[in-house]
Amino acid sequence: MNEQEIRDRVIKTLGGIVPELDSGSLKRAKSLRDQLDIDSMDFLNFLIALHQEFGVDVPEADAGKLATIDACVSYLAQALQQRAQA
Amino acid sequence: MPRLGADMTAGKVVQWLKRPGERIKRGEVIAVVETDKANVDVESFIEGVLEKILVAPGDERLPVGTPLALIRTEGTAAPSAPAAAVTPVAAAPVPAAAVAPAAVTAAAVPPAARPAALPGAAGGERARVSPAARKRALELGLDPAALTGSGPQGRITLADVERAAQKAPAARAEPSPADAAAARQLRMREAIATSMARSKREIPHYYLACTVDMGRALAWLAERNAGRAVTERLIYAVLLIKATALALREVPELNGFWIDNRAQQSEAIHAGVAISLRGGGLVAPALHHADQRPLDELMAGFQDLVKRARAWSLKSSEMTDPTVTITSLGERGVESVFGIITPPQLALVGFGTPLERPWVVNGQVVPRPLLTATLSGDHRATDGHRGALFLAALDSLLQQPEAL
Repeated sequence: MNEQEIRDRVIKTLGGIVPELDSGSLKRAKSLRDQLDIDSMDFLNFLIALHQEFGVDVPEADAGKLATIDACVSYLAQALQQRAQA
Repeated sequence: MPRLGADMTAGKVVQWLKRPGERIKRGEVIAVVETDKANVDVESFIEGVLEKILVAPGDERLPVGTPLALIRTEGTAAPSAPAAAVTPVAAAPVPAAAVAPAAVTAAAVPPAARPAALPGAAGGERARVSPAARKRALELGLDPAALTGSGPQGRITLADVERAAQKAPAARAEPSPADAAAARQLRMREAIATSMARSKREIPHYYLACTVDMGRALAWLAERNAGRAVTERLIYAVLLIKATALALREVPELNGFWIDNRAQQSEAIHAGVAISLRGGGLVAPALHHADQRPLDELMAGFQDLVKRARAWSLKSSEMTDPTVTITSLGERGVESVFGIITPPQLALVGFGTPLERPWVVNGQVVPRPLLTATLSGDHRATDGHRGALFLAALDSLLQQPEAL
């Protein structure tokens, strides 16, 4: 899966948490929490949805590494690559 | 039309989930009602057989107390005459012993008043609609009284209903989703305005605050979550809910309602958790028996509640049962919240953000995550002293997170 595919699927997943999400105005490097007004319950649900979408279980200690769209894509790309090599 | 929350004055039947003749269990969802805050699954509070639907789904907002349906309870006979042949109540009231219908409404409605609320209540009008046509019209969400009849003496037949149903979708001008959302948002603000103004007008609030060292609780939570799959983690708000519920066991005077000029404590502790809705507004549905549920179960319940609240889909018991309200505004760095009590409840508990601050522990100044917990109490029901005991109990419980 390339980065663009991962990005598209991350944004689609985020849309399940934030129904009014406008993917066109989403800033890739800005905190999701700040630009989308998501709280800790939303963020946990986002991590659960990513787990369902990609099969990647983000450990609690890594949750802070998924603060932006770019960060999510980068984290998931690495996790998927590691899984493929394992 | 049940009152699904203290601030509700009217609602709209969106859908019936049961048909006449079907058996209904207590607690079973029988209809969906749109309020200003959610689409609420209305649960039956009695068992029996759905005798008759009195209100078709539609656009009309009906005042709280309007009978929606008749449910025949066990041990009572079915009415001897067909529904369409019931004569006007003023002329010949249906004997209560013969039918014993229970109107699906939270308000007590005198039995004699119920048939008067039937669509097309006048006897002559009711006779113009055949029973089959009336039944079909209700199924299709049409008001039979508004249809044109082609039968003898203008009688409305089954064919008339089917014809009207085919025309209805094209004729009905549905508001755009944006307009519907704006209208709903406006109604929600009105509902909140009514409830909060009533609270400030009627309830003499007192406010207390205390600082809670969250160091132990947050460390325990981090350790507990560390090895768990993302689907099994807790958020710290769940610790606050559980601790509040357990503290209310110790000071039960804060848990309940002010009704008929006196405090009525509730044995059950149903935490109304304030949930902000996307686009504005809030709702505070009940997490039932919050004091008795293990943290994992409470978390699952909270997650489900948030999801459904934000999808405007709650149950009637969740809207009506909260015995206390809990609000946390800590997500955006708010230090403390002094909330307005949700009438007719007796108290509201508020939480700010746990902030790393200097704190004295064993004579040493150390950085600790400190959280401000507040209590808004109804001074008619309790005094500051009881409120202080509650906050002390809450603090103490949060120092032993493993026991929550």
